[in-house]
Amino acid sequence: MMTTEQTLGILFQIYQSLLVVLLAPLLTGWVNQCRAWLQNRSGPGVMQPYRTLRKLFHKDAVMAYNASLLFRITPYILFGCMWLAAAIIPIIAVDLPFSPAADVIALVGVFALARVFISLAAMDIGTAFGTLGARREMLVSFLAEPALLMVFFTASLISHSTQLPRIVDALAHHQFVLYPSLAFAGLAFVIVLLAENARIPVDNPSTHLELTMIHEAMILEYSARHLALVEWASSLKLFAYISIGIALFVPYGIAEVGAMVGNWGSALPLAIIALLVKLILAGAALALLEALLAKMRIFRAPEFLGTAFLLAVLGLLIHFLLGA
Amino acid sequence: MIDLQLMALLLTPLTGGLLLAAFGSRSWAAELNSLMSFCTFIAAVVLTMRVIDSGPQVAFNEQFFIDQFNVFLVALTAFVAFTTSLFSRPYMRIEQHHGKLTTQMLHLYYSMYQLFTLAMLTALTSNNMGIIWVSMEAATLTTVLLVSLYRTPASIEAAWKYFILCGVGIALALFGTILLYFAAERVLGEGGTALLWTHLNQVKGGLEPTVLKLAFVFLLVGYGTKIGLVPLHSWLPDAHAEGPTPVSAVLSGLLLNVALCAVMRSKVLVDGSLGTHFAGNLMMGFGLLSVVVAALFLSRQKDIKRMFAYSSIEHMGLVTFAFGMGGPVATFAAMLHMTMHSLTKSAIFFAVGHAVQKAGTQQMENIRGMLQVSPTVGWGLMLGTLAILGMPPFGIFASEFLIITTAMHDYPWTTPFLLIALGIAFAAIFGKVQPIVFGETTARRLPHQPALIPVFAHLLLVLILGLYMPPYLADWYRQAAALLGG
Amino acid sequence: MPISYSIQIINLLASMLLLIAFAMLSQRRILSLINLFAWQGLVLSLSTFVVAYSTDQHHLYYSAGLTLLLKVMVLPWLLHRLIRKLNVKWDVETLINIPTTMLVGIGLVIFAFNLAAPISQLSESITRGLIGIALASVLLSLLMMLTRRKAVPQVVGFLAMENGLFFAATSATHGMPLVVELGIALDVLVATFIFGIFFFQIRETFDSLDITNMEKLKDD
Repeated sequence: MMTTEQTLGILFQIYQSLLVVLLAPLLTGWVNQCRAWLQNRSGPGVMQPYRTLRKLFHKDAVMAYNASLLFRITPYILFGCMWLAAAIIPIIAVDLPFSPAADVIALVGVFALARVFISLAAMDIGTAFGTLGARREMLVSFLAEPALLMVFFTASLISHSTQLPRIVDALAHHQFVLYPSLAFAGLAFVIVLLAENARIPVDNPSTHLELTMIHEAMILEYSARHLALVEWASSLKLFAYISIGIALFVPYGIAEVGAMVGNWGSALPLAIIALLVKLILAGAALALLEALLAKMRIFRAPEFLGTAFLLAVLGLLIHFLLGA
Repeated sequence: MIDLQLMALLLTPLTGGLLLAAFGSRSWAAELNSLMSFCTFIAAVVLTMRVIDSGPQVAFNEQFFIDQFNVFLVALTAFVAFTTSLFSRPYMRIEQHHGKLTTQMLHLYYSMYQLFTLAMLTALTSNNMGIIWVSMEAATLTTVLLVSLYRTPASIEAAWKYFILCGVGIALALFGTILLYFAAERVLGEGGTALLWTHLNQVKGGLEPTVLKLAFVFLLVGYGTKIGLVPLHSWLPDAHAEGPTPVSAVLSGLLLNVALCAVMRSKVLVDGSLGTHFAGNLMMGFGLLSVVVAALFLSRQKDIKRMFAYSSIEHMGLVTFAFGMGGPVATFAAMLHMTMHSLTKSAIFFAVGHAVQKAGTQQMENIRGMLQVSPTVGWGLMLGTLAILGMPPFGIFASEFLIITTAMHDYPWTTPFLLIALGIAFAAIFGKVQPIVFGETTARRLPHQPALIPVFAHLLLVLILGLYMPPYLADWYRQAAALLGG
Repeated sequence: MPISYSIQIINLLASMLLLIAFAMLSQRRILSLINLFAWQGLVLSLSTFVVAYSTDQHHLYYSAGLTLLLKVMVLPWLLHRLIRKLNVKWDVETLINIPTTMLVGIGLVIFAFNLAAPISQLSESITRGLIGIALASVLLSLLMMLTRRKAVPQVVGFLAMENGLFFAATSATHGMPLVVELGIALDVLVATFIFGIFFFQIRETFDSLDITNMEKLKDD
């Protein structure tokens, strides 16, 4: 027999999973809308990603002549990975049933799995662009991944655990302390976020200029429902990254352990409102950052990501020295 | 009383600097420079007598401290500064006559010369480790524009190197000083007394050894850059070779000593705190390395001032080594060697300066037959060289002999290195100076009479001290050695 | 707990000092370099101020004010003026490429922290760990001096090194005696003026401020 607590937990887990998958395109739409405003355009509206998805799902899928099974299943794997990642990150409460799975190292692994599939799929067709995009993606990610891990290690040193819920709990529900090491980690994380989500200055999601594109080059051959899933997965990935950022650096407002049983009625709505506000702010900040930065040459990207790694390592060192 | 005497010592060069800043371009500026240096020397002598009579003294709220160790350096500094000012009068006039210097440059030279003396004397007499640092930096700042006085590409390069390297070095020394303060603060409490050497010396046993160890490394590396210890020496030959000769003489003869004095002050504290021979060992290592490397570089030099600059590195290395060994005999010998080296090296630079003016070049292969041109310059150079190479009966023989016998007794493994290095140095320097002094001449006449009295005065002193050391002087050195924990 | 918060703030400022030292190391433009230097001065001044407030030492307020005046206003202004006068706005040229420099920098930071680790274990007060950060930023500035080709970045490196030292002096040790601090400030100011004189001398003689022109003096 399940206790009420467990039942509630499962319900909320399902709720969060549905919330993220539905909310993710909205976040992308919000970022695009902000960008448009900052560029003095009126913009397509925050609902545009949903319209694009609906349009794509209604189209007939066209496959390349020599596409293999790998090419076909990749969108589903991609979507699954990103959904999983976004669903297990503690964004509204810290003790959901899937929480133990939300280990930061496992998260990095989930992202890596998705990356391997999309890169293989891009090369599967054998077009020049796909291969080029895959190679660039690998270049960027092999630099971004260690930096991301370092960021996670810095955060986990503070809470003595690599489980995201525990980290969040340690940061959000104990006495407020300024962590200089987290400031470094935060900066590094922003850089990694920009690089991993194909944002300016590393990549530009709204261009198909062959000299510069990375992510778009990989998905050129996809169409219809496959493309829709890939796009949706991208939105989920952005959502997941921003949630990780929120969880690590501004977790304040999240529902406490045990909140489920007693007063979930008041703690949870509060947590959701806090989350929404943070997401809106983060999206606007991301758009602002993209408006301020200039796209850099792909050969400068290693240096950019090197900076992230360096910052994360510095954070780690400072943690050891200052103990904070 | 001691306050007044000290004030006289420090205010005289300050007044001199200000006066010369105002009147430095007058025709009598050189005489004024000498006069002020002479007054400083008199003040130093008075102060020395006082300290010899009544032992170590503190002055001005304990901000200054004079004991047998630094008062002997004060006397030496004031003396050499005085004789150098005598030498620089005709020397700089000849340079001006040759069109190498303008009146403005001389103006700068005279006022900076006095301020440089002030900075050195402050560094020597200050009791505050922070003020020692400040005046060491001030000594760099006052000399850096003197090194580039000729405004030739080479001199500007040398001065830039000097400035940057010594700036970096001195910054590390500041870090060492801060660490020292960090340790002292926990024992002496915050505020003024935690940097006063006399106070530190009393509580040195209670200072945190880990911090002091680190502090000493920084202090040694920092001030060691100024001493010219290998591998931090690379500014020294350039600055000595490209600056005006009087500046080379005071840099080599005095500034290096002052920096070494600061290191010794730190060493006393650190070894006292650690209860081991850590600082001494470090100094021995740096010193030995300097002796050996400088000796190897000597034979490759073509520029005469550069060669003697390397010889300075060698000798300062030897002194550092001797101080590092510690013990009454070695410390005594080190102080004796410091004195002898200052006197001899400045005398050599005086003679070299005039020789270079006569030959019109610093390249040794083009300087020939000094004995024919001017027997006094030739003999001055020859005797100075013999003295610096440690030939008996000059005083350096005595000090080197003491250092090497102590090394043989306490650290036998170092003796072969020292002997070989000294041998190489001998061969290199003597082989190069010999044809300069003898041989066929190509030199020209000088428009002013060269000043050779300082050369022979210094050499005479070195000779006398080599032959006979007055008992009170020996006693003085012995007391100073005892103060340094020897 | 006001003391505890001030420690946290000083720690944060210390980290920012280090971060700015790294930013300077990675900087390619000379004007941004000078601006970063001014920012570093501001951080330094702030941390001095916080130390003064939390330990209630009045002479540190003077130090903070002096730092603000000298390192945030006067020196950057002098450098800007010099650059305008010398008409040099070029990019910073490095002897080693920047990513390598950064890696070396990380190595230096580890070295400095290691060196300072025993000290930070001794100290129970506000100063815990700050010596290590100060040392690291001194070493980073030193690295910057060594790897830059032109005279102006070298000088900025020199001044940044002084910043690190000053941070050690004020934050890590609650301030040296005022007379020493004044002496240090005076030395820095004079040094900057002499640097200025040098820039003109160097450019007059070599027609550029490239230090690589000045490699004639060598022992063959």
